[in-house]
Amino acid sequence: MNIIVCIKQVPNTTDVRIDPVTNTLIRDGVESVINPFDAYAIEEAVRIKERCGGKVTAITMGPPQAENALKEAIGLGCDEGVLVSDRKFAGSDTWATSYTLACAIEKLETYDVILTGKQASDGDTAQVGPGISTHLDIPQVTYVKKIVEINDKAAKVERMTEEGYDVVETPLPCLFTVVKEINTPRMPSLKGMMRAKSAKITKWTAADLDADPAALGLDGSPTRVVKIFTPEARKGGEMISGSAGEVSKELAELLKGEVV
Amino acid sequence: MDYLLTEQQTMIRDLARKIAVEKIKPVAAQYDESEEFAWPIMKTLAESDLFGIYIPEAYGGLGGGIMDMCLVTEELSRACGGIALGYAGTALGTLPILLHGSEEQKKKYLPDIASGKRLAAFCLTEAEAGSDAANMKTTARKEGDKYILNGTKQWITNAGEAEIYTVIALTDKSRGVRGASAFIVEKGTKGMEFGKKEKKMGIRASATREVIFTDCEVPAANLISKEGMGFIVALKTLDTSRPGVAAQAVGIAQGALDCALDYSRTRVQFGAPISSFQAIQHMLADMGTQVEAARALAYAVARLVDSGAKSVSKESAMAKLFASDVAMKVAVDAVQIMGGYGYMRDYPVEKFMRDAKITQIYEGTNQIQRNVIASNMIKETLKK
Repeated sequence: MNIIVCIKQVPNTTDVRIDPVTNTLIRDGVESVINPFDAYAIEEAVRIKERCGGKVTAITMGPPQAENALKEAIGLGCDEGVLVSDRKFAGSDTWATSYTLACAIEKLETYDVILTGKQASDGDTAQVGPGISTHLDIPQVTYVKKIVEINDKAAKVERMTEEGYDVVETPLPCLFTVVKEINTPRMPSLKGMMRAKSAKITKWTAADLDADPAALGLDGSPTRVVKIFTPEARKGGEMISGSAGEVSKELAELLKGEVV
Repeated sequence: MDYLLTEQQTMIRDLARKIAVEKIKPVAAQYDESEEFAWPIMKTLAESDLFGIYIPEAYGGLGGGIMDMCLVTEELSRACGGIALGYAGTALGTLPILLHGSEEQKKKYLPDIASGKRLAAFCLTEAEAGSDAANMKTTARKEGDKYILNGTKQWITNAGEAEIYTVIALTDKSRGVRGASAFIVEKGTKGMEFGKKEKKMGIRASATREVIFTDCEVPAANLISKEGMGFIVALKTLDTSRPGVAAQAVGIAQGALDCALDYSRTRVQFGAPISSFQAIQHMLADMGTQVEAARALAYAVARLVDSGAKSVSKESAMAKLFASDVAMKVAVDAVQIMGGYGYMRDYPVEKFMRDAKITQIYEGTNQIQRNVIASNMIKETLKK
């Protein structure tokens, strides 16, 4: 089975510092890590390989240093890494990003399962996974919390909802985005890390992909970030105390004055 | 301080540190309280290939040495000296096979140890044979192609949990220490039983039991080296493993110091963090210096062992002695800096203090280490 896991390198949110003037994330000197949600996707990809056999290819779109994330993924049990990197991809929104990743996946020979984390911890959009499946025109199941059955033709999975979970059956190839309830990622192994150190990462630029140049990067991105701001913190509520009668009376007065 | 580790050693240290911080630290107090053996952590260490780092590649290991083993032991001990002992005790039980085992024995046992599938234990101490190990009573009588073991080994680390035991027993009582031999005994062998689990002051996540042999039949092929070599095997094993105890002590000391340093920066008295008081600063400075000196000596001796030096008895005794005394002192001082909070079991320093004490006692008390050091020093002057 050919398993693909899409990962993203993000700033390590465990030591986030905010610029007090601009209210934006200080990225200088902040370590880059694999998006925490993608770590569950990597673990699940490796577990599917252990169950069914096959190969796991980790793929990322990002700057040249994103190669480190791919090597880390190999240390965690992935077999190969593909870095899709080009200045032409700069400014991509989720639509252009998912188009680019879909083009890269199509360039790989075959694929049966594509896994991604449910969202990235920096952008938090949860759109790239579903976007990839849309561009590839394959089924998708989001928020997967358990892969109950899987073979080379079909899969049965549990999809987390607010109240419980749905049981979904789908033919393969299919894309799953996974939630953290799906597994506990393993620690890297020394042998894996050594394999990663010498592993050769495949690198593709825009020219290597069968992609429409107009659909890449900022030009291919229909959305624009107009403004980023920190919403004003909610103020604490007002406490009213006293007997039930007094409280209800005072509350009624307040409501009359303020709202009604 | 930069100890000029190789790239592989840096990788090993960082991975052990990651496991210690993410997997051991959050559960250290819980295991200390329940006195359970931390099997989930052993499984993590196994999956990360850490059990195999000092075992040659030919037997499924990564081909490193005692220095690599020390780096892991130190990092794990920084989170919990007891859990670290499941790892270090396995190394101790493995060394007789690694150092003196036959090719067949190495092929049979080392791959399972390297993969972490089976833990190991070393059985030397007895009720009346502690510092005076030569006073052991356990016997091994040869009968055809078997040895029949009888006797009781006491305070055996990993006993009951480990599956591979290296045991020292007398094959010829009349010859005293020259009549001792070393054997490999597998858990489940008929006539091998375990006593009750000991209740200890510290390292409570480590399992300590008696190992009782009653007409226990061991194949003659499990004799390590030759009859009469048991004591040499034991001494060489301990000379090689003592930097590991030193590393455990350094880890415990560093763990206690980390807590005390953090606390001193946040604890406010008389309107200022107590780290701004010279009384506290001087304590911290001494503790930091002592820990670094202990680490430097432990690493230097570990590297000496790995260099293949012929005799390391004096140096490995020095490393164990110095590092364990530092661990005890630093842990006591860490409790002192934290005052009443340090004495409470809600904070980890009192545990570091309880864990530190054993490093002055086991694998030869520090008094015995001093005997070894002094006798070697005197011997060296006679050679001149």
